[in-house]
Amino acid sequence: MSEPLLDVRNLTLDIPTGSGTLHAVRGIDFDLKRGETLCIVGESGSGKSLTSLALMGLLGKGIKRSADRMTFDGTELTTASTRRMRALRGDRMAMIFQEPMTSLNPAYTIGDQLVEALLLHRKVSRQAARARAVELLEKVGITAAESRLSQYPHQLSGGLRQRVMIAMALMCEPELIIADEPTTALDVTIQAQILRLLYDLGREMNMAMILITHDLGVVARVADKVAVMYAGELVETGPVGDIFNAPSHPYTRGLLRCIPLPGKTARGSQLGTIPGIVPSLVGEVEGCVFRTRCPHAVMECRGAIPKRQDGEHAFRCIFPDGKRHSEKELTA
Amino acid sequence: MLQFILKRLGLAVLVAFTVSFISFSLLFLSGDPAAALAGETASGEDIEAVRRLYGFDRPMLVQYAEWLTAALRGDFGESYYFRLPVSSLIAERLSVTMTLGVCGITFALLTAVPLGVVAAIRPNSLVDRIALFVSVAGQAMPSFWFGLILIVVFAIQLGWLPPSGTASWEHFIMPTIVLGYYAMPAIMRLTRAGMLDVLSSDYIRTARAKGANERRVLFRHALRNAIIPVVSLAAVQMGFMLGGSIVVESIFALHGAGYLAWESIARNDLPTVQALILIFSMFYIVFTFLADVLNAWLDPRMRTG
Repeated sequence: MSEPLLDVRNLTLDIPTGSGTLHAVRGIDFDLKRGETLCIVGESGSGKSLTSLALMGLLGKGIKRSADRMTFDGTELTTASTRRMRALRGDRMAMIFQEPMTSLNPAYTIGDQLVEALLLHRKVSRQAARARAVELLEKVGITAAESRLSQYPHQLSGGLRQRVMIAMALMCEPELIIADEPTTALDVTIQAQILRLLYDLGREMNMAMILITHDLGVVARVADKVAVMYAGELVETGPVGDIFNAPSHPYTRGLLRCIPLPGKTARGSQLGTIPGIVPSLVGEVEGCVFRTRCPHAVMECRGAIPKRQDGEHAFRCIFPDGKRHSEKELTA
Repeated sequence: MLQFILKRLGLAVLVAFTVSFISFSLLFLSGDPAAALAGETASGEDIEAVRRLYGFDRPMLVQYAEWLTAALRGDFGESYYFRLPVSSLIAERLSVTMTLGVCGITFALLTAVPLGVVAAIRPNSLVDRIALFVSVAGQAMPSFWFGLILIVVFAIQLGWLPPSGTASWEHFIMPTIVLGYYAMPAIMRLTRAGMLDVLSSDYIRTARAKGANERRVLFRHALRNAIIPVVSLAAVQMGFMLGGSIVVESIFALHGAGYLAWESIARNDLPTVQALILIFSMFYIVFTFLADVLNAWLDPRMRTG
C-alpha cells in the first residue's frame, strides 16, 4: 500500500504558439494512493484539464509533454507505447469529461457505447457486456436501465447523459478515474447528486479518483488530498484538513476567502476577491507566478521560489509561512 | 423508423405529382405545339387540323390527366420525330445513361471520400495540398475540355482506350472519369470539412479515452457522423449526372438519355421531352428519398423528422 498508484514528478507541458512557447503546466508533482481522492482546484486556464489529459495520453498534437517520472502502478507513462497506453485507457484508468451533452456519439445507442470499452478490453460476450451495462446504469441511478440501452444520446437529458458517462467509465472497474469538472455543465440541483454518486462509487470500488473542480465546497466534502493549481503550477498541495485549516500559500488563502463557510463566515460580511488577472504564460516564466496579484509580494518574489515541505503538506513561497511578517492579514 | 420512411414516401409521391404537372405545363409555355408540329410553311387551316388531330384544342387539365394516366402505364405516346413509342426509345437510351451515372458517382465517391478522410487526418500535409489542387482543378476545368484531353492522350496518342461509342466496358472508362471528376471536388471538400469537424469533437475524445484504436476512432466513430451531409450531396449529384450528362455523352458519342433530351428539344419532339423531364425528375425524387432514408439510418436524430 505504500507504493502510490499514480506518481507524477516534474510534469511539464509546453504548447508552441505563433508568439512563443506557452508554458501551460510547469513542473508539477503529485501522487495518489489506491482509493484516495485528489481534488485539483484552480481558476479556468490554470492547466487542470491539460494535466488530466496528459495523464491519459490524450493531449492534442503539438503539445509537448515531459516529466521526470509519471508512473501508473509502476508503468512509466511518458515512455509507454501507444499500444500500451490504449490498453490502459478505458480499462485501468478512465475519464469523465466536462460536457455530457457532446461527449456521447450521437450515432450510436447508449448500449453500444457502454459495452464498447468492455468489449475492447475484456474477452466477454455481448450479452455479458450488456448485463454489466444494465447493472451499472442501475448503480448510477438510472431507472428502466434495460430499455435505456436502445436509446440514443439525444433522447436523454444532460444529467442522465453524465450518469451514462460515469457508468461508461466504470465498465472495466478502473483503478483510477479522472473526472474533469463533471458537474459544471449540469443544473445546480443535479450537481450534488452526481458528485455524491461519484464519491460513493469511488469508495465502493476502492478507486483512486482525481476530481478537477473549482468548487471548494465540493473539495471540502470529498477530497482526501487537495492540489491548488495556479497559472500552470501547483502552488500548494496537502491533506484536505491542512489546506482548509492551515492554508499556507497566499493564493490558497485568497481562494478560501472567496467562499462562505458555515460557522466561519460572519453573517453580512463581505466575501473576498482576488484582484488582477492570471499572467500570460508565453515566453520565460520566472519567479512566483502569483506575485502580480499577491498582497505579500516583495522584490525577492522575482527570484527562485523554494518549495516548503512539512510532511505531506507542501507549498511554494519565499516566506516560510506564506506571509510577510511586517503586515497583518487583512481578514482571518 | 418505419413511420419516418412512410412519411417521406408520401412526401415523395406528392412532389412527384407536382413535378409532373409543372413539366407538362412548361411545354405549353414554350410556344404553340401545333404550329411547331405543322412546320413553318403550314397554313392556318393545317395548323388547326394538327391541333385537332393531336387533341391540343382540349382544356390543358384534360390533356394532363390523359397524359398522366397513360404515363403511369408506361405509355408516353409516340415520338413525333422517330415515329416510335417514346417508352422503348427512352428505355434503350436510359441504360447507357444509367450505366454512366452509376459508374460516375461510384468513381467520384471512391476517390473523393478516402482523399477527404486522409486530408482531414493530416490537414496542411502534402496529401491535403494535392487533394486541394485536384479538387480545384476539377472544379475549374470544363468537362468538355477534360474529356477532349483524355481522348487526345489515351485514345489518339497512346491508343489504350476507344475514343467513342458504347460497344464495350472499355468505352465507359473515360466518360466515367470525366463525369466522376466533375462530381468529385464537392464530395471531397465536404468529407474533409466534416471529418475535421467531427475529429475535434468531444465524443471522439471519449472514444479515445475508452482505449479505441485509431482505425476504430476514424471509421466507426468519426466517418459515420461526417458522411451524413455527403450522402445528401451525392444523391443530388447522382440525379444531376443522369439528367445533365449531355456534354459528356456528346463528347464520347454515347447515345444516352441526356443526348436524346437535347436532340428532342431541338426537334420540338414534345412527347419525348415530356417523358424525359418526368423521368429525370423521378430520378431526383427517388434519390432524394433514398438519401433521406440512408441519413435517418446513419443519424438517429433525423428519424423523428
